[in-house]
Amino acid sequence: MLELSPQDWTAIALSLRVAVVSTLIALPFGIAIATVLARASFWGKSALDALVHLPLVLPPVVTGYLLLITFGRKAPVGAFLADHFGIVFSFRWTGAALACGVMAFPLMVRAIRLSIEAVDQRFEHAAATLGANPAWAYATITLPLALPGIIAGMMLAFARALGEFGATITFVSSIPGETQTISAAIYTLTQVPGGDAAALNLVIVAIMISFAALLASEWFARRAAARLHGG
Amino acid sequence: MLAVQAEKQLGEFAVNVSFTSDTAATALFGPSGAGKTSVINMIAGLLKPERGSIILGDDVLFDSATGIDMPAWRRRIGYVFQEGRLFPHLSVKRNLDFGRWISGRAKDPKQLDHVIEMLDIGHLLDRRPGKLSGGERQRVAVGRALLMQPRLLLLDEPLASLDAARKREILPYLERLRDEARVPLIYVSHNAAEIRRLVSRVVRLESGTVVETGGIELLDGVRTDMLA
Repeated sequence: MLELSPQDWTAIALSLRVAVVSTLIALPFGIAIATVLARASFWGKSALDALVHLPLVLPPVVTGYLLLITFGRKAPVGAFLADHFGIVFSFRWTGAALACGVMAFPLMVRAIRLSIEAVDQRFEHAAATLGANPAWAYATITLPLALPGIIAGMMLAFARALGEFGATITFVSSIPGETQTISAAIYTLTQVPGGDAAALNLVIVAIMISFAALLASEWFARRAAARLHGG
Repeated sequence: MLAVQAEKQLGEFAVNVSFTSDTAATALFGPSGAGKTSVINMIAGLLKPERGSIILGDDVLFDSATGIDMPAWRRRIGYVFQEGRLFPHLSVKRNLDFGRWISGRAKDPKQLDHVIEMLDIGHLLDRRPGKLSGGERQRVAVGRALLMQPRLLLLDEPLASLDAARKREILPYLERLRDEARVPLIYVSHNAAEIRRLVSRVVRLESGTVVETGGIELLDGVRTDMLA
């Protein structure tokens, strides 16, 4: 059986918290950006599309570095948020969640955008003839019809957040109990002579969580699809 | 009374129609591709004409001269689409109730019961659209459009996607609709036999323009598709 130390448990709990929080916070932004990319046409749309995808192609340390010089305690945005809203990112788990959210964002937006584009807009026209203004038609018809894709997007984001390493460690370091996620803990253990045995436990846990998440997403997506097709 | 005068260029195809309708049921009749659906989409507010005006009763729905273009969701014009277009994620009951719910009107169980009885869809309420036959789906679509309490009901080839047996099954419901619902109908079809049974006034369209208007005698000279 798996023998997990208290430090292991701390890292696991932190990873789950970071992944869940980053996914949930990213979701409304992801839906909004995906909607804009799927439906609107405006000058600069390809630039927005490229910007959203940047974390996917940039080396994660570069993203971490950019977060550091933007959201660090003394950086412009970071100082503003800390002074006015009391939100501090640097060397806190919130910073890890921010880094994970940013890294996961392109995957989330891609999945949601595709599912919104796949919704037949004629359903929205039908809703309009029944008296629904565009915002209501979108909320009551389009988003529920896009639900399987939204779930897939959340799932991808969660998995990406769970695996995030480079941007997180660059931005908020690897502080046990605060910013040391499973990935960071595994890395730290492997840097110590003989630590690879202890790392193995966390590796197994990481595999189990990822596997469970995939199964859960598959189940949710299937259920949502069945609801749409008369289940 | 409905008065339509509208022009719209759709790629190579031009729609330029002018007609009025003041009877309980008017047919827009013509071959496929004559622009019938484009015309009722303009009436519903789903397609914007380039020039012209659309007036329903005392309400100007569209007028290019004064820049009036009432959005579809404010027009209160019911629309039964060719494929029904029921919302696949909602039960039949919630599809029927959608128009009332989205406009925040109070429930009206009497009207609901009346429409359900008239269309004989009471046994379908808890099903999802994916589990309905074509004929059931179209009856629910008619009910959904009626229950938003429209001032005008547009039916776009509501029988076209059905086989002959289903057509025979639904026509009596449409006759009841015409006689009982007290909502003026615009019935779009390329099928003369259907139109003969349902309407008294015919607007005949061909390649985007009205070629003649009159009673159902207009159908006599036209090749009649079999209502087998």
